Amino acid sequence: MEFRKDLFANERDDDLNEVGRPTQRQDAQGHVTGRSRFFDDYALPGMLHMKFARSPHHHARVRSLDTREAAQMPGVVRILTSEDVPKKVHTLLILLDLGPDDEPPLAFDKVRYRGEPVAAVIAESESAAAAAAAKVRVDYEPLPAVFDVEEALAPGAPLVNEYHGRNWYDYNGYDFRKIRFGDVERGFREADHVVEERYQMSPIEHAPTETGGCIAAPDTAGRYVCYTNTQALFFSLETAARILDLPSNRLHFVGGTVGGGFGGKVDSVHEPLALLGAMLTQRPVRSAYSRAEEMQVSSPRGAERFYVKDGVMDDGRIVARYARIYFDAGAYSRLSPYGAVKAAAHMPGPYYIPNVWVDARCVYTNRTPSSAMRGFGVTGADFALEVQMDKLARLVGMDPMEFRIFNAYRDGDMKAHRRVTKNAALIECVQAAARIADWPLSERFQAMSSTRDGGGERGVIPPAPAPGPGPGKGASGRRVPPAGAEAAATTARPPAPADAPTVASPARSPLAGRGRMSSLLGTRRR
Amino acid sequence: MTVGLQTFETLRDASAVVGRDPSARFLGGGTLLVRALNEEAADFSTLLRCTDRVLVEIRASGSRVRIGAGVTMARILASRELAFLHPAARAVGGPAVRAQATVGGNLFAPPPYGDLAAALLALDARVSVQSGYSPRDMPLDEFLRTRDTMVRSIVSGVEVARPRGERSFRFLKVSKVRPKGVSLLTIAARLEDSAGRLSGVRVAYANMGPAPVRAAAVERALEGRRLEPLVVEAAAAAAANGCSPPTDAIASAWYRREVLPVHLSRLLLGVA
Amino acid sequence: MSHVTLDFRLNGTGRTELIAGGETLLSLLRHRLDTTSIKQGCRQGTCGSCTVIVDGEPRLACITLAATCDGCTIETAESLPGPGGLHPLQQAFMDHFAAQCGFCTTGMLMAAKALLAANPSPTREDVVDAISGNICRCTGYQPIIEAVLAAAGAGPSGAGQPGGSRPGVV
Repeated sequence: MEFRKDLFANERDDDLNEVGRPTQRQDAQGHVTGRSRFFDDYALPGMLHMKFARSPHHHARVRSLDTREAAQMPGVVRILTSEDVPKKVHTLLILLDLGPDDEPPLAFDKVRYRGEPVAAVIAESESAAAAAAAKVRVDYEPLPAVFDVEEALAPGAPLVNEYHGRNWYDYNGYDFRKIRFGDVERGFREADHVVEERYQMSPIEHAPTETGGCIAAPDTAGRYVCYTNTQALFFSLETAARILDLPSNRLHFVGGTVGGGFGGKVDSVHEPLALLGAMLTQRPVRSAYSRAEEMQVSSPRGAERFYVKDGVMDDGRIVARYARIYFDAGAYSRLSPYGAVKAAAHMPGPYYIPNVWVDARCVYTNRTPSSAMRGFGVTGADFALEVQMDKLARLVGMDPMEFRIFNAYRDGDMKAHRRVTKNAALIECVQAAARIADWPLSERFQAMSSTRDGGGERGVIPPAPAPGPGPGKGASGRRVPPAGAEAAATTARPPAPADAPTVASPARSPLAGRGRMSSLLGTRRR
Repeated sequence: MTVGLQTFETLRDASAVVGRDPSARFLGGGTLLVRALNEEAADFSTLLRCTDRVLVEIRASGSRVRIGAGVTMARILASRELAFLHPAARAVGGPAVRAQATVGGNLFAPPPYGDLAAALLALDARVSVQSGYSPRDMPLDEFLRTRDTMVRSIVSGVEVARPRGERSFRFLKVSKVRPKGVSLLTIAARLEDSAGRLSGVRVAYANMGPAPVRAAAVERALEGRRLEPLVVEAAAAAAANGCSPPTDAIASAWYRREVLPVHLSRLLLGVA
Repeated sequence: MSHVTLDFRLNGTGRTELIAGGETLLSLLRHRLDTTSIKQGCRQGTCGSCTVIVDGEPRLACITLAATCDGCTIETAESLPGPGGLHPLQQAFMDHFAAQCGFCTTGMLMAAKALLAANPSPTREDVVDAISGNICRCTGYQPIIEAVLAAAGAGPSGAGQPGGSRPGVV
C-alpha cells in the first residue's frame, strides 16, 4: 500500500494513529476459533421453527385463505396470518418519516410479487413447518403483472401497489426526484456534440453465506429477546416495535455478528414475525431463509435504467447533462425511494457540469422488492456515467484519463445539487492511478490540481432559465413544469478551468469536509 | 420428511429392495440425495446403501479398467491407473465434494452436473447394472438414454478402455467462475490416431441436454480425417446438432448453442 | 422411523449417539452436540461453510448422513487450538486478516487443515484448489490464500512465529 502524504499536506495534521497501520479486528479471534456467536448459534431449549406459505403468483388477488388443513399437520403449534399482526401494513422508511405504509408483513387482500408470504407456520421442526406451510390453501385470482419500469409507467399498466395509487413513488408532489441546475437546453444548443445513451442494470442478490434470520424468545418481565443478524440493529428493533405495536423497551435485540450482509440484512422481515410467534406461543421461535428463499425472496439491488444525454465541446468540456433514471423498486418501497434519490444526486458524477437536469423515478413493478445493496443507486449511476465518459472522450478524441482530469470537480466548484466542492481529490487519484498503471499523461494534465482553478465562475449557482418544458419535452414525466417562453441567454459560456493560478485554499482542520455518516444505513450520504 | 437408512452386505439384497420398493433409492455419496432431503424435495422415504467390496474396487486388466460405482472422485485422483480421468474427476466440486461424490452417482446427476459421466461416455464405457438378482452390462449411452428407469436398479461399476496416447483423450469443462464453478457445458473427446487419421472418434457433452450425450454428427465429421483446421471447422458447424441444452441460472439454451462450437474448436485444436 | 446407534470420535472424544437414518452430520453435530463452529450456509453442498474432517478427508457435514460415519474420526474447528494456544492456521488467519465476517472461516480452516495434512508444502495453486469448494462472499480469498501459505511455511509443528509474520496488507 502506498500513502501519498505529499498530497494535500497542508489540509491535515499528520497525526494519524490508525490509518496506514494494520490493526487487528476485535472479532478475529472469535472468528478463527469458531466462537463468534452468529444468531443461529443461540439455539434455545424448546425452540420452534417458522416457515412461510408463499405466493406462487407475481400478482394476484387473495380471495380466501384457509389454514385448517395446515393446522392439523404433525408438529404445528400455531399459524400466523395478517389477522395476527397488530400493524397490518408498514414501510421501513417511516423511521425517516418517509411514508406511506405500503407493505403487509403477511399479505391479505393481494399478493404483489412471487414468493410474498401469506401465512407463517410455527412448528416443532423446520421440516414440519415447511410441510404444513405447503398445506395452507389460498384461493388466488391471478392479475396481470408488470415487470418493466417503463411499461409500469405507461397508461393502462396494472396498478401494482394500491397504497401509492400509481406505479411511482411520490416525491413531494412530483413523480420524480429532480435536480435542476443551469440551463440544459441552452447547453445542448451550444454544445459541439450531443450524445444520448441507455444503460440497464440487473438486480443483484447479495447471497450472504449466512442466510438472513433470527431467533426470538420470551424473556422476563414481559420482555422479548431477539438474536438477529440484522445489519441495522436499532432500525430493526424500532421496525419490530412499530409492527407489533409495542414500546421498544419491551424488546431486547442482540446482534452485531453478521455472516455477510452487503445491504441484504436491513429489511427486518424476520424479526417482527418471529417475535410475534414468540409472543403468541410463549416459546422461542426461529425464522431463517433457506438458500433458495435467500435467492428468490430476499430483496436484491434494484435494477436501474438510465438515459444519459450529454453535451460536450470539442475541447473536452462537458457543458450539459440530462439524465432520466428509472429505479425498479419491485412491489414495495423498502429502501428504494432513498436509493433513487442517491442515484439522482450521483448523476453529475465527480465532474463539473454547468447545466444539469435529472429526473429520477422510483417505480413499482411485480418483481421482488429491491432494497439496499452496496451503494445502491450510486453503483449503477457510476456504471452508466463512467461508460458515458469513455464514449465522450472517444468522441472528442481525448485520452479517457485526461478527459476525466479535465472535467473533474475542483475545490470551490458548485455542484449541481448546490453544495460547494470541498476536499476534491479526483485529479490526484487519476494522476496516481495513471502513474501506477504506466499510463502516459501529458504534462498539461499532470500539472492540474484539485486545489487550483476551481470556484470563481464555476463556484456560483447559474441563473435558471424561465420555466420551460425541459429537455424531456414531457416524454414520460407526469408533471413536467408548465410550458413557457424559452429562457433568455443570461449566463456566460460555461467557464473552463482557468490557466491562471487562483488564491490558495485556506488551510482546513482535519475534520473539514468529513462526510456525514448515516448510522442507519451505513452509507455515506452527500 | 423422515427418512430411513438401510444397510446391506450384498448388492443382490440391496437391489431386490430397490427393485420392488418405489420409495427406496440407492445412496451413493449423498451429494444429490441428501441435498434433496435437505430441500424437502425428496421423492423417496428409504435410502439404501451397501458395503459390498465390489463397489469400491478399482481393477485394471490389460488395457481395460473396471471402476466400482462407489469409488469417489478423490480416489480416482489418487489412482495412477486412472490418470486419464484425473481432469474430469478434478472438475467435480471442491475437495470435500470429491471425497463424497461417486462414479455411480455421477451417472445419475442431472444438469448442470455429470462431468465425469461425459468423460466416461467418450471412452465408450460399459455399465454394470444389478437389477433384482440379475447382473447385466450395457453401453453407457444406452444407460443414459434410459436412466430415469435405472433408479430401480443399482449400478455396480463401469468399465473403460484406457485411451491410447497422452493427447488422445481431452476434457474441457467450461465455467464462468474461476478456479471452479458450475459447468456451462462440458466436452470430452477421444481422438485416437491410426496411421495419421482419426479412428474410433468419440465426442460427448454434459449440459447440452437432459443427460450427457454423444455428438454423433461431430464424430462423423472427424472420423477418418486428420485434425486440421478445415476438418475442425466442419466439426464445429455440426457441434450442436441434435442438442437440446437447458436454460438455467448459469446460461440460456441459446447461449450454450452459440458458444459450444467455439469451445469444441478450441478443444480439438488443442488450445483449450 | 429407524434409529441407529452411532459410535464415532469427535475432536478426540469417543461418543455414542442414537440417530435417525436420515439425520445429517450437520444436524447431529451442530444442533445436538453444540459443535457450532460448523456453519449452515446452503444445505446443498455448495458453500463449504460446514466443512469438517472425517477420517482425514474434508467433508461437507450438510450432505453427509451421520449414519455413514459409524466408527469414524471427526474433527471440527473446535479441535484446532492446542495447549499452547491457537493452531498455526488460526494464527496465520489472524495475522493475514483472512477473516472478515467470519462465517466461512471455520470451513476454510478445516479445508486448509486437510490440505496441509496431505500436502505440507502446497503451492499457491494447491491452496486455491483446496478452498475451491468454500465460498467467501466478502471475497477475501487473497488473504486466505496468503494465510494458508504462511501457515504451511511455519512448519509441520506449527510453532512458527506466532504473530511474527507481517500482516499482508494489500
